[in-house]
Amino acid sequence: MPILAPIMLRVRALTRPGLAPVDLDLTAGEAVALLGPSGSGKTLLLRAIADLDPNDGEISLEGQNRSTMPAPVWRRQVTYLAAEPGWWASNPAAHFADPDAARALLPRLKLNPALLDKPLTELSTGERHRIALVRVLIQEPKVLLLDEPTSGLDQDTTRAVEAVLRDHLAHGAALLFSTHDEELAARLAGHRVRLAGGRVSVGETEAAS
Amino acid sequence: MTASYLALSWLDLAIAASLILLNGALSVWLNLKLERQFLIAAVRMCVQLGLMGLVLKALFALVSPLLTGLAVLVMILFAGHEIMSRQERRYRGPWAYGLGTGAVLFAGTLVIVFALVTQIQADPWYHPRYAIPLLGMILGNTMTGIAIGLNTLTERIARDRAAIETMLALGETRGTARRPLARAAIKKGRIPIVNAMSAAGVVSLPGMMTGQILSGVEPIEAIKYQVLVMFLIAGGTGIGVVLAVHAGAARLTDARHRLRLDRLETA
Repeated sequence: MPILAPIMLRVRALTRPGLAPVDLDLTAGEAVALLGPSGSGKTLLLRAIADLDPNDGEISLEGQNRSTMPAPVWRRQVTYLAAEPGWWASNPAAHFADPDAARALLPRLKLNPALLDKPLTELSTGERHRIALVRVLIQEPKVLLLDEPTSGLDQDTTRAVEAVLRDHLAHGAALLFSTHDEELAARLAGHRVRLAGGRVSVGETEAAS
Repeated sequence: MTASYLALSWLDLAIAASLILLNGALSVWLNLKLERQFLIAAVRMCVQLGLMGLVLKALFALVSPLLTGLAVLVMILFAGHEIMSRQERRYRGPWAYGLGTGAVLFAGTLVIVFALVTQIQADPWYHPRYAIPLLGMILGNTMTGIAIGLNTLTERIARDRAAIETMLALGETRGTARRPLARAAIKKGRIPIVNAMSAAGVVSLPGMMTGQILSGVEPIEAIKYQVLVMFLIAGGTGIGVVLAVHAGAARLTDARHRLRLDRLETA
């Protein structure tokens, strides 16, 4: 186990309504899967780490406390991607500062680069979700907080998403993701954290396979 | 003023009231069951305006700054209450009443004092014969603008929640995330007064000007007054809407750049 790697994200006694205090460490290059039934608190935990809802606890990134930096600075480095991401313009390209950089990444996620200029309403849920993932990855955050990144995708596409995520891990990013896909969790994640009823079920934090 | 002013007798009013009765009869005949609503509104208007007439008569006789100020305050508090009751999603706690009331209080007071001191110049400047009717026109329109603006803001923020939170999650500031919504809400709140100014004289003859012409004022003089009042209304509405929407949008985000829909009551 890569015990010697420095801790990138350190979470201590993080709590919010609906979530019992959580302790969690993520090292650079590490992926941790959040498992548990719907309503068990996976999304609440991810949103709390991103500071999108009022929460209490100690969180630091590479030793720097979250409370010492403005929320937008924190979220550019510790970025949350919702299970149903939002859009504010009529086509995907308008959501990127550099649409060409996004186009270059699309084929790796089994997407046609031309999709970026189509109206959003003509894209499928799965296509929109992968484009939203590109929107996050392109900012190169240090910690990725992904809410069900592969839900609704077929096996091939899931593998493609997985490969892109592995790339980012190899470049030193850390990943915390929720999923219902046990196989994906086993393949990608060094640790699996199980949530039930808004708390981490003790003793089920499993070591890397 | 000339002698062309024609006073109305009570009989004249009774004859005009026959139109209300006619409509009531129509409703009964067509089985619309709308006669009650129509009649109640008409009676309400008579009672409210009758009371207003008595209040104005007393105020004009006394010309007291204290009593005039009190009347102004009561009007503003009613306007605030009306704004609140027109909201589909209210703010929790004192903000529900305070937000709209604060905005209408600030905008209304600012514009009416500005007008009375610099343009109307009555003697004394707070003379209720000028202050009360002018404020009434400013408040009515400012209130409508604020109510529409806030309603649009809260409705759009709730509807576009995913988009706003995605922007915030990507590291945008709350100011960037809420700007398009605030702009849409301000634009919508100002539509009635923009329309009123655009249509004035072409489609509609504004009520105040018509009233002055009926009472014998020269058309050009009446129009000058109307233009002044339109400017006051536009100023009051613009300031009130910008203030209410900005304060309302700020209240729905916090210092950690979060969207705080929990500060709205659940619709």
